[in-house]
Amino acid sequence: MGGNVLVLAEHDGKQISDATYELLGAARDLAAALGGQAEVALFGPRDLASQLGGADVVVSVDHPALAEYLPEAYEQALTAVLAERSPRLVLMSTATAGLDLGAAAAVRWQAPLAAAVTKLEAAAGEIVATAQILGGKVLAELELPGERAIAAVVGGTYPAAAGQGAGTPEVVEVAPPAGLDRLRMSLVQVTEPPGGDVDITTADLLVSVGRGIESQDNVELVQELGDALGVPLSASRPVVDAGWLPKTRQVGKSGLKVKPKAYLAFGISGAPEHLEGMRDADLIIACNTDPGAPIFDVAHYGTTVDLFDLVPALTEKLGR
Amino acid sequence: MRIVVLMKAVPDLVEEIELTADETGIDREFLKFVVSEWDAQALEEALLIKDAAGADVVAVGLASDPDIDQALYTALAKGADSAVKVTGGEETMLTGDRAALLAGYLAAEPADLVMTGVQAADDIDGQLPPMLAAHLGQPHVSVVVAVEAANGGVTVRQEFAGGLVHELAVQLPAVIGVQAARQAPRYAPITRIRQAMQAGGLREVTAAAATAAPAPTVRRMFRPEQASHAQMLTGSADDVATAIADLLRDRGLVKG
Ligand SMILES: Cc1cc2nc3c(=O)[nH]c(=O)nc-3n(C[C@H](O)[C@H](O)[C@H](O)COP(=O)(O)OP(=O)(O)OC[C@H]3O[C@@H](n4cnc5c(N)ncnc54)[C@H](O)[C@@H]3O)c2cc1C
Ligand SMILES: Nc1ncnc2c1ncn2[C@@H]1O[C@H](COP(=O)(O)O)[C@@H](O)[C@H]1O
Repeated sequence: MGGNVLVLAEHDGKQISDATYELLGAARDLAAALGGQAEVALFGPRDLASQLGGADVVVSVDHPALAEYLPEAYEQALTAVLAERSPRLVLMSTATAGLDLGAAAAVRWQAPLAAAVTKLEAAAGEIVATAQILGGKVLAELELPGERAIAAVVGGTYPAAAGQGAGTPEVVEVAPPAGLDRLRMSLVQVTEPPGGDVDITTADLLVSVGRGIESQDNVELVQELGDALGVPLSASRPVVDAGWLPKTRQVGKSGLKVKPKAYLAFGISGAPEHLEGMRDADLIIACNTDPGAPIFDVAHYGTTVDLFDLVPALTEKLGR
Repeated sequence: MRIVVLMKAVPDLVEEIELTADETGIDREFLKFVVSEWDAQALEEALLIKDAAGADVVAVGLASDPDIDQALYTALAKGADSAVKVTGGEETMLTGDRAALLAGYLAAEPADLVMTGVQAADDIDGQLPPMLAAHLGQPHVSVVVAVEAANGGVTVRQEFAGGLVHELAVQLPAVIGVQAARQAPRYAPITRIRQAMQAGGLREVTAAAATAAPAPTVRRMFRPEQASHAQMLTGSADDVATAIADLLRDRGLVKG
């Protein structure tokens, strides 16, 4: 088991997530370099193993408490699987489950963890992770020495296709730990995201606004540009959290993924969680007064002109 | 209910970030430090619980963090009942070390509920809430967008990609990683922060750290390669507006 790479599967009870396939594709390459195999830890419905043909082994823990994601239940199942499988490396995504489970496993399983990883290399038993910090402004190259390690990988880092094999992995069952019957938390209800006033995922052109806008009143300024162009406003998370625009307009990891023909970003720094939602737009034009803002690393065109000068000028040019 | 809110000072991202000479760390000397934005959200949510159901809210920071006094006085000005500076550790941005020290503090002065930010911008080795909870042997939930007292425990809303939300009933004691409070963090007038400072009242507590999880080794830090850097449009706002309008017209995205 020395060089095995284990992926924590994410699913909604029916479908394995894309993020899982992204990780599985990476796990296959890393396991090959480490002389081990690619394993997937699948918690909940065992029949989902049929969607994991890209794995060599599916390690399954099935128990009613694991039917839906529940942090404490997943943590117990993961602890049991790690004790039984002793992988060299565990991969999880930086989505909700990864943010819950990764760092807890680092303590429980006594393994170094690299957070927000965008690159992984393995050679001669050594694992090196490149991780984003400070909103993507700095990258850190991290050695993960020893016999075990955990990497939380940023969504979209690897292509999903490489993890979607058509093999028939061996399914290994791990007994549900007894603790699953006396959990200290329970799922009360699941709420679907609110329906859209507008659907920003189908727009050809999006005008998007970030915290640089400073206040709800100022959002009006950008709204005038949106109106002039006849396109909806989208936003980064802080603008939505502040209540300046509805949740349906949020672009990013915990919002919507958009792929318009053009994305105009005003006062958005380009944090990794925002980029996850828009980096595939055909054309990205960013306005940010900080020349070091990470948004300029994904934008095709950029400007450091103040948005409060640029937006009215654009509205005037493009208004009908 | 005793709610401990953990606050971390992080580099202000608007500032230019310099690396240390050996390029294995952030040069902290000339940086401006601010409270991690998610910790500010956690404090707001704790104060909302206090407003609704009553609670003893304690703001806690590490004495070794730059400008932590300012952060704790601000928390007091916003409505925290008391504030604690934990001593006993070296200055560190590593979550592993911080979790181990804070676990020591919380063993000595236990909380019913620990609330802190879901992450901090300079987390290299993982996020604080689950690490701390693992040390304490307590249940934890991260990426939380609401916490309310209910039935002797708390009800929390945990958010997933796309805005799907799970409502969970959680027994206490527990650790919650807050993504966003139910409302924007309240504002503390500068006069009230000054009053808090004049009153003093930050209590120092020396903690004995638990055994930290192993940390990754930083080989080097660097700025992302600028290979795909945007082509910069310069000139006056009017020049830039003209250039952008042309780009959109060329692609048939605007009329005229
Ligand atoms: C689990 C999790 C999920 C998340 N999900 C999302 C998500 O789905 N979407 C999302 O966006 N974020 C998400 N975030 C938050 C993310 O980490 C960042 O905090 C957020 O993206 C920052 O938003 P921003 O760029 O608007 O604000 P900031 O980072 O504060 O950037 C504001 C920018 O405006 C610029 N600016 C200021 N004034 C002006 C001016 N006058 N003219 C031009 N520019 C100006 C500044 O230079 C700065 O770069 C998530 C975080 C977590 C932990
Ligand atoms: N009902 C659910 N239970 C647990 N996790 C979920 C659920 N729905 C979505 N997720 C997680 O959220 C992520 C994105 O889900 P989706 O937006 O449905 O692709 C997935 O990786 C899942 O792990």
